[in-house]
Amino acid sequence: MLKIKVQDLNKLFDAISEKEPLYMPLEKAGEANYGLYKTGEKTALDVLKTVKSAKDLFFPQSETIVKFKTEGKNITVEDIREEVKPFVLFGVKACDFKAFEVLDKVFLADPVDTYYQAKRNACTVVTFACRRPEESCFCKVFGIDAANPVGDVTIWKDDENLYWRENTEKGSKLTESVRYLFAEGGEKDVQNQQEETRKIIEKLPFSSLDLSYFENTEMMDIFNRPEWQKLSEACLACGTCTFVCPTCQCFDIREFKASNDQIIRYRCWDSCMYSDFTQMSHGNNRTTQMQRYRQRFMHKLVYYPENNGGLFSCVGCGRCVNKCPQKLNIVKVVKTLGGKKDD
Amino acid sequence: MQEVTEQKKEYVPTIVAFCCNWCSYAGADLAGSSRLTYPANVKIIRVPCSCRVNPMFVLKAFQRGADGVILCGCHPGDCHYVTGNYYTRRRMSLLFSFLNYMGIEKERTRVEWVSAAEGAKFSAVMNDFAKKINELGENKRLQDLRVKEERDE
Amino acid sequence: MNKVEELIVKRARELLSSKEVDKVIGWKKGEFYFDPSPAVFTSEEELKDFVYNGFCGANLSKYLVQELKKGGKIAVFLKPCDTYSFNELVKEHRVDKNAVKVIAIECQGKLDIEKIKEKGVSAVTETEENGEEVIVSSLYGSAKFRKEEVLLEKCLTCKSKKFAVADETIVVNEMKETANDRFSGVEELERMSEEERFAFWKGELSKCIRCNACRNVCPACTCVKCVFDNNASGMATKAPADTFEEQMFHIIRAYHVAGRCTDCGECSRVCPQHIPLHLLNRKFIKDINRLYGDFQAGEADEGKNPLIEYTEKDADPTAAVNGEVRHA
Repeated sequence: MLKIKVQDLNKLFDAISEKEPLYMPLEKAGEANYGLYKTGEKTALDVLKTVKSAKDLFFPQSETIVKFKTEGKNITVEDIREEVKPFVLFGVKACDFKAFEVLDKVFLADPVDTYYQAKRNACTVVTFACRRPEESCFCKVFGIDAANPVGDVTIWKDDENLYWRENTEKGSKLTESVRYLFAEGGEKDVQNQQEETRKIIEKLPFSSLDLSYFENTEMMDIFNRPEWQKLSEACLACGTCTFVCPTCQCFDIREFKASNDQIIRYRCWDSCMYSDFTQMSHGNNRTTQMQRYRQRFMHKLVYYPENNGGLFSCVGCGRCVNKCPQKLNIVKVVKTLGGKKDD
Repeated sequence: MQEVTEQKKEYVPTIVAFCCNWCSYAGADLAGSSRLTYPANVKIIRVPCSCRVNPMFVLKAFQRGADGVILCGCHPGDCHYVTGNYYTRRRMSLLFSFLNYMGIEKERTRVEWVSAAEGAKFSAVMNDFAKKINELGENKRLQDLRVKEERDE
Repeated sequence: MNKVEELIVKRARELLSSKEVDKVIGWKKGEFYFDPSPAVFTSEEELKDFVYNGFCGANLSKYLVQELKKGGKIAVFLKPCDTYSFNELVKEHRVDKNAVKVIAIECQGKLDIEKIKEKGVSAVTETEENGEEVIVSSLYGSAKFRKEEVLLEKCLTCKSKKFAVADETIVVNEMKETANDRFSGVEELERMSEEERFAFWKGELSKCIRCNACRNVCPACTCVKCVFDNNASGMATKAPADTFEEQMFHIIRAYHVAGRCTDCGECSRVCPQHIPLHLLNRKFIKDINRLYGDFQAGEADEGKNPLIEYTEKDADPTAAVNGEVRHA
């Protein structure tokens, strides 16, 4: 294990970004989100939860797929894909990292999404262990250890040092390039911190959430539960929960006419909360907000696990818990439908 | 939002003028038949009344590459639909003040009253507006980079 | 249980048991003290989860639009600022006031859990209000704040504690008007140069994720199909695919509610990126007041708003933009 003083962190960021583009939590206009680090930028490594998750780096909110050029009656298709240069994604929390696994199962399954794959392969992920999880966190429920995430490199941080552990070959390569900034040691400090963090996680109010109902119940029984109506009543049909979610992966493909002879086809995040989600020529198969609301949670807790060997497509990051304008969230759904109610 | 810093070599601004069918468009006609000139980069869009102009039209014009947008209508009190331009006056006062609040240069937007008899005024207004926009240079604060990229190619 | 909540629940129980109303719209207890959700109550039994505390910031008036479509008479609990939204909805024929019983309730300003967390308190397990103090307990210890420090933005600059409409009122303690000027934020921006203003909004709007929370929560945004959702409009956008679209969405949205926005502040409350959206709406309100005379949307449930009215002496746009004119 290696360690570096916290006051030298900017040197580390500068050293990494000199070699490869470095994406990490930055503070812009008061909010922490992943962005490209440049020297002098205000970093926000200590923020527990960035507003948007790290999925943006592999699956951007909006991304051009192809361009068309028309000339009279002829159309030329322009492939705009370029080779993705290696980059570093720094400071990913355990929940967000687990979310990559959820996304991989969708985008890297046959047929492979090459746009996603190219970025995924080019990336070296540095994960960051949590030290002060908060009340909305429930990653433990999904078997995630927030104190010991994986990834190519794992880091821990306390008030004095940042500790660094390489896990993979990619990680070693990154380590080598910045090795001169580090000193050896820190195993004991990391161990102590992990123990403390795990103790806190045990005590977090949602850590005892019980998902067995969703694992052991017939799909249609869950689908037909009358409680969905009440649960969804206050839903505004905005897309906040889906857009801050690290595992939501639905997108829409749209076109933009940039000029009389050029069309840009792009994809952008879509939300199952929206009235025109999966709209087809015959109309829409989900016409009420209850149906849309149910779709979101059925997808997270039932459909996705059904197709992916029982893996839930929620990682317990708690962003939706914090960000829902009307304080609706997956925890309330789980508890109402069959989770353990701790009194 | 990104601000593009490089300047095009030969800069010719694009100006969109929404002209009401009854007064200002006829005023433009009169300017033409009186052999008065106004800049060729003023693109006139004829509307039935100045109050037909939805704020979205103004934004769309900027998105599609306009560097300045001007609305011309009948003089207040002379609207062919009696009251249309009174509404325009309020709407555009608020919209243009708001755009300025967002940081868009206030000289990029304007409303002028031009009657069918005022060919000379039409020509003068357009020349003056075009001059102002020329001085301001390219509109970089309210533009769609996708459109810009395509135009610059 | 606080006194106001007690009275509210008692009244709700009476109304439901006497069948005077079929439904009650209020707030339902969440997982914590600080996360109540709006809810519809149809039976006395459900009322056991009813809650009214410092975190009931949500404006319930818009829920009437969807609930009235399902039929029945409804009682709704509205805070002072929410009563303005109600009037505006009645004015626009979105809500039938005869089918609604408005119970206006006391509000001493609502709290912002995110502001509390920003003060470095995490793993919050409980919050407690004690007069002008808020006590927050967490797994890492407990902390005490002055209420003023942790109020929602909309409550910090509360426009009025007067009820614009009320069939009944439940007020226990006197509600004090705030001394803060709600236009100070707008004025601060107006004093900046164009470049500075542009840079400010560029920074703020570039955070927008187009989740539409501001639009969907807004009581003035009740279009059946929004232009930004309508594929036939040519304006439909789902993502900020270009910076222009962020600007266009927010400009058009603010403009569309100009003269109808009551300044209830819900847009800023719900924004996941904390974009100060109220500064957009308040600019319109300020300009309307300056140019066409003081106007407060939602003060009455009839009459015209300033954008569908005119006088012959209105200022010309150039003079209006330059700030040379004021309403006589």
